[in-house]
Amino acid sequence: MSRDHVLHKVRTALGRSVGQPVEEPPPVRLSMDEVAIEARIECFRARIEALGGKTHRAESMDDACNYVARVLNGRSAVASNSALLRQCGITALAGVESGITDRARLRALCSTTACGITGANYALADTGTLVMLASVQEARMISLLPPVHIALVDRERLLTGLDELLTILPRPADETSSMVLITGPSRTADIEQILVRGVHGPGEIHVVVV
Amino acid sequence: MAARVSLFVTCIVDQLFPKAGMAVVEVLERLGFPVDFPEQQTCCGQPAFNSGYREEARQVARHFLDVFRGAEYIVVPSGSCTSMIAHHFADIFQAEPQYLEQARQLAPKVFEFSQFLLEVAGVEDVGARLDEVVTYHDSCHALRELKVKDGPRRLLSHVRGLELREMDAAEECCGFGGTFSVKFAEVSGGMARNKIDSIVRTGASAVVSVDSSCLMQLQGALSRAGLPIRTLHLAEVLASR
Amino acid sequence: MSAVFDDKIQTTLADGKLQLAIYTATGRLIEKRRKAIMPEGCPDYQELRTHANAVKRHTIDHLDYYLEEFARNVEAHGGKVVFCKDGQDVADFVLRLAKERGATLIVKSKSMTTEEVDLNERLEHHHLESVETDLGEYIIQLAHERPYHIVAPALHKTREQVADLLTDKLGVARETVIEKQTMIARAVLREKFLSADIGVSGANFLVADSGAVVLVENEGNARLTTSAPKIHIAVAGIEKMIPRAQDLGVFLKLLGRSATGQPLTVYTSFLSGPRRGDEIDGPDEFYVVLLDNGRTKVLADREKRESLYCIRCGACLNHCPVYRKIGGHSFPWIYSGPIGAILTPQFLGVNHEPALPFASSLCGACAEVCPVKIDIPKILLELRSEVKEAEQRQGANRLERIAFRIWAWVMRHPRVYELAGMAAASLAPATDGGAWVRSLRTAIQPTPLRAWLSQRDLPPSPPKSFRQMWRER
Repeated sequence: MSRDHVLHKVRTALGRSVGQPVEEPPPVRLSMDEVAIEARIECFRARIEALGGKTHRAESMDDACNYVARVLNGRSAVASNSALLRQCGITALAGVESGITDRARLRALCSTTACGITGANYALADTGTLVMLASVQEARMISLLPPVHIALVDRERLLTGLDELLTILPRPADETSSMVLITGPSRTADIEQILVRGVHGPGEIHVVVV
Repeated sequence: MAARVSLFVTCIVDQLFPKAGMAVVEVLERLGFPVDFPEQQTCCGQPAFNSGYREEARQVARHFLDVFRGAEYIVVPSGSCTSMIAHHFADIFQAEPQYLEQARQLAPKVFEFSQFLLEVAGVEDVGARLDEVVTYHDSCHALRELKVKDGPRRLLSHVRGLELREMDAAEECCGFGGTFSVKFAEVSGGMARNKIDSIVRTGASAVVSVDSSCLMQLQGALSRAGLPIRTLHLAEVLASR
Repeated sequence: MSAVFDDKIQTTLADGKLQLAIYTATGRLIEKRRKAIMPEGCPDYQELRTHANAVKRHTIDHLDYYLEEFARNVEAHGGKVVFCKDGQDVADFVLRLAKERGATLIVKSKSMTTEEVDLNERLEHHHLESVETDLGEYIIQLAHERPYHIVAPALHKTREQVADLLTDKLGVARETVIEKQTMIARAVLREKFLSADIGVSGANFLVADSGAVVLVENEGNARLTTSAPKIHIAVAGIEKMIPRAQDLGVFLKLLGRSATGQPLTVYTSFLSGPRRGDEIDGPDEFYVVLLDNGRTKVLADREKRESLYCIRCGACLNHCPVYRKIGGHSFPWIYSGPIGAILTPQFLGVNHEPALPFASSLCGACAEVCPVKIDIPKILLELRSEVKEAEQRQGANRLERIAFRIWAWVMRHPRVYELAGMAAASLAPATDGGAWVRSLRTAIQPTPLRAWLSQRDLPPSPPKSFRQMWRER
């Protein structure tokens, strides 16, 4: 079979035999800077805004909910099943559909709705990144199909950066089939290097730190 | 009494740019280093090596090693030749332990001219004077293989009357590349023209480099373009009074 | 060099607009990378390179082990691994699966590996529609062209050319505003994403300890390709492997910065299988195609094996003064620039385009910027000697070999060398005031001399050589 054929060629090329053990790879290189939460929030917001996203720092869950309502401004939305969204009262806002677990229905809604509202499993301060793990609470399409993406980030989940994420989550595959790092609105510069936002993914993102 | 320096003048300086070689001698002697010129020297073998003719390169390299055996210091007015001797001799003698050993022993004694001044002579100000606005071209082998970058600039900074203006394309290749200059002549010419555009933008009246092959490429292009900018080897600037 | 190669180069050099497009685009990417690796944002850039090189060296040197670990983990998460010897195997697999599932429409995200094996052409031959969804790739698919650059496939296209394409191929009214052109493509492709049966992606990295593929992008088309259709097939060369998810800390830091000057691209996807448990969306089936297609041959060459460390960032292209002049389409194979110059002879044989390893001034800018420290100039030099060995065996290029033999002989005989120098000096035309020589009036002009003079003037012969001046001191 092709598997044995290719593996055999690899071993022959390397002069290795079947089942030959392997010494340790170079140790993993992850740096862990201590950064205070205030600095993290500030850095996180600055990065997202530099990329053309909008941010808001919510003083309370009500504040978060009001901000989201203002962004929606009467437009339709699909919200994920993140507990934080329910706790903030966002799933109860007018025009917001949530609690969907059927794939076909979710896709149909996401392809016509104006906004997708999600939580975030983690966020990374130094790059302005949202970390989304696919689960029953967070479907993939909500942060992908609608042209606007609104994300609520629990400040407890705001990490310093990718190195911290990989330190606390060394095996993302154990948790989910899909972990996506989202850093700013969708963009391209494929034609004459001119920047255009919102090519396939959302062109407008709002991140609320709660 | 300062150490004896053996000069490997390089075939291109010997045949086409002898004044640069004489300038090296002048500067070294001025600094108190007796200069010796082993007359049996010819070439380091780089043209053959770069063209894929390793056996021919080895023949010439063996001759070089024989000629310079026992030298205390070898000074070379060229980054590319220095790199050939100090780095690539080991590549071509992998299958000849005796010459490999000779090459390895010789390598630490070989210095590109500016490196010798700074690292061995320990000198930055050689007492030179040249009233001119110049720009500096980083030749690729010197820059990337020998890490020669700040050194020549420091040496130039002490030349009285000299103004050094950096060009934006200082680290871009001039397009010489040995036989590349004739095998891919149009590309090479295009690269040279990019460089001279950058040179012209500085307003300098001369381009300085540590490699005569680069200077040959640049001067050839400047002359073809009818531009009155001249090229100078670093040694010629430092020998100026 | 071959007439084809020469012709492509000359055509590109003669096209002033194209020259400007290539130079400007690569210039921007150079500047973006430079900013992204400054110490303020990236204090340990050089250490990261050293570390990445060491991890790649270890992984490649033990690739069989990691391929097996990877396969085990993919399968543990409900996916399947398909090893393919070559492009035919890849196409056969996709076609068979498509037939079994009744699939007719495939969406693709950007994958140089699938271009390497002409996957779209093979699928279209069997009447499967396969649509590129990355904007640049979509444009060149409409144009029936190869990508111009590893990271920026439509680098060479102007907005006017894009307008022409969209009108010709889609029948839309002519539109030259770039943002609007993008939205036209977006609308067309959205419909494809939502109705496609299969999504085919590449993989920037394969992660052995997770059975995962990592995809980096800015548009969102890779996410849609791998999330909307019910089947996801990731196609990757076997060399894309890294040992651990935690190694991404280093590799993602290097890839984005080296390619486009971004600390992270907009989307980084870490995909380890079909949707599981109560996940609401995602593919039902997940396949990873692991491709050889000549990589095992490169693997067998200890000296040049490091060619496989490449993470396809494109930095070497951007910094190469030769690429910046001759562009991506002058290169004979799918991979262009310095990495293309070392992969092509190793995959296709040195005889495919013997001049390719010589199309370089060996300036070393590529090695300086390579995030995984591949010593490209060293490999080019080895390939050059292999080309000459092949020519010797074939009895080709005899004149040049003879010339170098004579040259070497002269260089071993100092007295002959000196006489030869004096003879050449006496033949050289007299110039006054040391003016450089514009042309030669001799009847015979050796090719190298003619080539030199086609671009620049010759130095005059000095009255005395250095050694003559030395003796007269």
